[in-house]
Amino acid sequence: MRLSITGLQVSFGEQRVVRIAELGIAEAEIVGLAGDSGSGKSMTTLAVLGLAHTVGARVSGSIRLDGTELTKLSQREMREVRGSRIAAIFQSPAMAFNPVFRVGSVVHRALRLHGMSRAQAADAAARAMRQVLLSPSLLDRYPSQLSGGQLQRVAIALALALRAEVLLADEPTSALDVTVQAEVLELLRELRDRERMSVLFISHDLAVVAELCDRVAIMADGAIVEQGPTSQVVTAPRSPQAAELLAAVPRLQPGAGR
Amino acid sequence: MIEAPSTVPAAGARLPRGQRLRQGLAANPLMVAGGVMSALIVVIALLAPLLAPFPADAGSATHPFMVLRPPSAQHWFGTDNVGRDIYSRVLYGARISPLIAVVVLVLACAIGVPLGVAAGYFGGWLDEAIMRVTDIFLAFPSLLLALALAEVLPPSLITLTIAIAVTWWPWYTRLIRGQAASVAGRPYVESCRALGISRTWIIFRHILPNSLTPLIVQVSLDVGGVILTTSALSFLGLGAQDPTPEWGLMVAEGQNYFTTAWWVVTFPGLAILVTAFAFTLLGDGLRDLLDPKRTFLR
Amino acid sequence: MTIYVARRVALAALVVAGVIILTFVIAHVVPGDPAATWAGPHASAAQVAAARRYLGLDRPPAVQLLSYFGGILTGNWGIAIHTHRPVLSDLAVAAPASLELVTAAMIIALVVAVPLGLISARWPGRAGDQVIRAGSILGVSMPIFWMALIFQLVFTQRLHLLPVAGEYSPNLLFTHPLTRLTGFGLIDAPLTGNWPMFGSICAHMVLPAVVIAAYPAGLITRMVRAQVLDTLGDAHVQMVRALGFGERAVFGRFAMKLSWNPVLAAIALVFGYSLVNTFLVEAIFDWPGLGSYATDAIATLDTPAILGVTLFIALVYVVVNLIVDLIQAAIDPRIRLR
Repeated sequence: MRLSITGLQVSFGEQRVVRIAELGIAEAEIVGLAGDSGSGKSMTTLAVLGLAHTVGARVSGSIRLDGTELTKLSQREMREVRGSRIAAIFQSPAMAFNPVFRVGSVVHRALRLHGMSRAQAADAAARAMRQVLLSPSLLDRYPSQLSGGQLQRVAIALALALRAEVLLADEPTSALDVTVQAEVLELLRELRDRERMSVLFISHDLAVVAELCDRVAIMADGAIVEQGPTSQVVTAPRSPQAAELLAAVPRLQPGAGR
Repeated sequence: MIEAPSTVPAAGARLPRGQRLRQGLAANPLMVAGGVMSALIVVIALLAPLLAPFPADAGSATHPFMVLRPPSAQHWFGTDNVGRDIYSRVLYGARISPLIAVVVLVLACAIGVPLGVAAGYFGGWLDEAIMRVTDIFLAFPSLLLALALAEVLPPSLITLTIAIAVTWWPWYTRLIRGQAASVAGRPYVESCRALGISRTWIIFRHILPNSLTPLIVQVSLDVGGVILTTSALSFLGLGAQDPTPEWGLMVAEGQNYFTTAWWVVTFPGLAILVTAFAFTLLGDGLRDLLDPKRTFLR
Repeated sequence: MTIYVARRVALAALVVAGVIILTFVIAHVVPGDPAATWAGPHASAAQVAAARRYLGLDRPPAVQLLSYFGGILTGNWGIAIHTHRPVLSDLAVAAPASLELVTAAMIIALVVAVPLGLISARWPGRAGDQVIRAGSILGVSMPIFWMALIFQLVFTQRLHLLPVAGEYSPNLLFTHPLTRLTGFGLIDAPLTGNWPMFGSICAHMVLPAVVIAAYPAGLITRMVRAQVLDTLGDAHVQMVRALGFGERAVFGRFAMKLSWNPVLAAIALVFGYSLVNTFLVEAIFDWPGLGSYATDAIATLDTPAILGVTLFIALVYVVVNLIVDLIQAAIDPRIRLR
């Protein structure tokens, strides 16, 4: 397990919003975290990134990345982990980029922050852009000039260029068209296969999760109620929440719906 | 494209509403202070006739033998240049400034809100026309237009009120127009029209209620501003006239005696400061509480 | 960008036209018959009629408006009743002193307000924030004329720290007379090497500038705090944090750039507001600017002068807003790309 979360608890004052007994992602694996809105999925992302305090939440438990206990790291040490070892992409790509900066400016700065020289950063950025099938010239544009799909691909390119080991993808396709969604999912598969990244794919849409992920964890009320290989969870769900989520997925079966 | 809510929690967006409200009040001692002070001032204004030791001094009474006495047990704030008790006059002044502020703001809303709704909802050339006129009024810094108007008209509290109201409405038109335009653009309003629901109904039941919160916040913040404008214009001689116990006028009347009789200027001016401060504190706190975008946890 | 500039300038020109028209309307809202006032209380009907023809009041309103418009554009802003001089030349003399004063006040306000606003936003909710917030609200609730009087009493007459009134020390008129080149004392004095005069003007400027700076300082503190806090709550800030940037970079580099535009708009607003506030302060400090001119004009009910000052300040305000709009468009690409 590259990333293993044990006994994680995230709380706002008295209220506990996340209680994860165990969750792990191996190398070259995509693990899906599915559940309704408000089930605590996003807070988990923040907790792993060590950013829970920015929204006023407290974290306890263990988050280990390749043996390093992240919860014990100082803020400065955590800043080195963020971006270079753990990357994140968020739901609304249009909102995730600062509107007054050119897209490439943020990418460039992030790469230089994690130790690349100017030439190396420019190189890595261009290469990553091509890997996500975007022209590097798009880096000169402002976020308002790019589509949601393009922006999300830039975000993935950033994770690629940073050579992150773990990618936390928080509802990355929910704000995108279905066709663009498919492209992004394909990119994530490539990250897993070619770069051997560990991807945590968070979504409320179980259909997408089932299509993409190797293993699935179902989250409800802050706790993981079911976990296992995708085929198993999808065909033989044991928890009521999983069953409910599955039932909500429209199924296209040959011969059905006359 | 479906607009799904961002799953990155913005600072403070995650708590249930009731808890947020209580936390908001607790984290906002300034607003509570403002609210208490404002309430106190309103009470004082209402009870002025009972609280003032020399109620006649708020009117045209003069006492030639008690001119310019310093603060004492009998005259807490001293007496002015015709012997009137300043404390009583200050108390009665509390009835004037906030009342004028209320009238001004009601008038400004009465003019500004309908214009804003019309501009925002109907759009097109009506919108352009109204907004151009609004822009022209807003091209004058506050106070200037009211001052010019007040100068050409015979000075009185009534002309003052009208002058300020005439220069205040454009802010509300602009505010409401933005709100109305965004509400009018929402899909459910379009469906209402498609169902044949009358425009008036849509305006009153959908556009107006959804546009009101920013207006309430802005109005509460403006109370202090109108009070300052009223006293400033009266100070210049363009509003209240003697013997009205308007605070700005009192400061103007006491100017010439200030170096020897500091109390004539200090107390009325302090009253202006405290009143404007109280209402602005309150308005500021209200904005923090009501404005959905700004729910800061800490 | 050039299209945007052209559009904004054209719009500003339209607004200027509207401002002139509005001033005209105000000038003619005067109750009573201006011709009768001009002719005097004992004038006969024929004299009043003659006065009306002289003043051009017998022409249709549209023609009056056009000739007023033409007058403004050609520099004929009327004759001030209390100085018997053309209003425009009065303004040319008075305006620089006020512009100096307001600019000085704005600089003081910005130097105080921006750091305080940033501190407030960096550690919101803590004691320092509450104090700064209370202080800024105090600033915007301050009756300026009262503050001027109090400051004058305390700092000049009781503590003898600063000069009482005037633009400079009167003896310097004889020992180091100031040659006026631009009309701006603070520019002319150094240009002519007249340092005693420069120092004297500065000393005399301190109190009125500080008093005028109170409102802008309060407002800008609040604006900076509000804008930065707002921006910090946005999704893109979390993204940048997730990339490994520390709070100082998040705050300083990423959040700040977004916060400037509304703050700039606030700066334009308070500049105009402060120009008008000079009416309440200059007379007290005997500072020879637009404020003193206006106060004298009000006292003598000199309508042409008042309307002249009004028009002038409105025009300056339009120009300032135009400049700020253009700066905003330069900073925020969303504005010019719309």
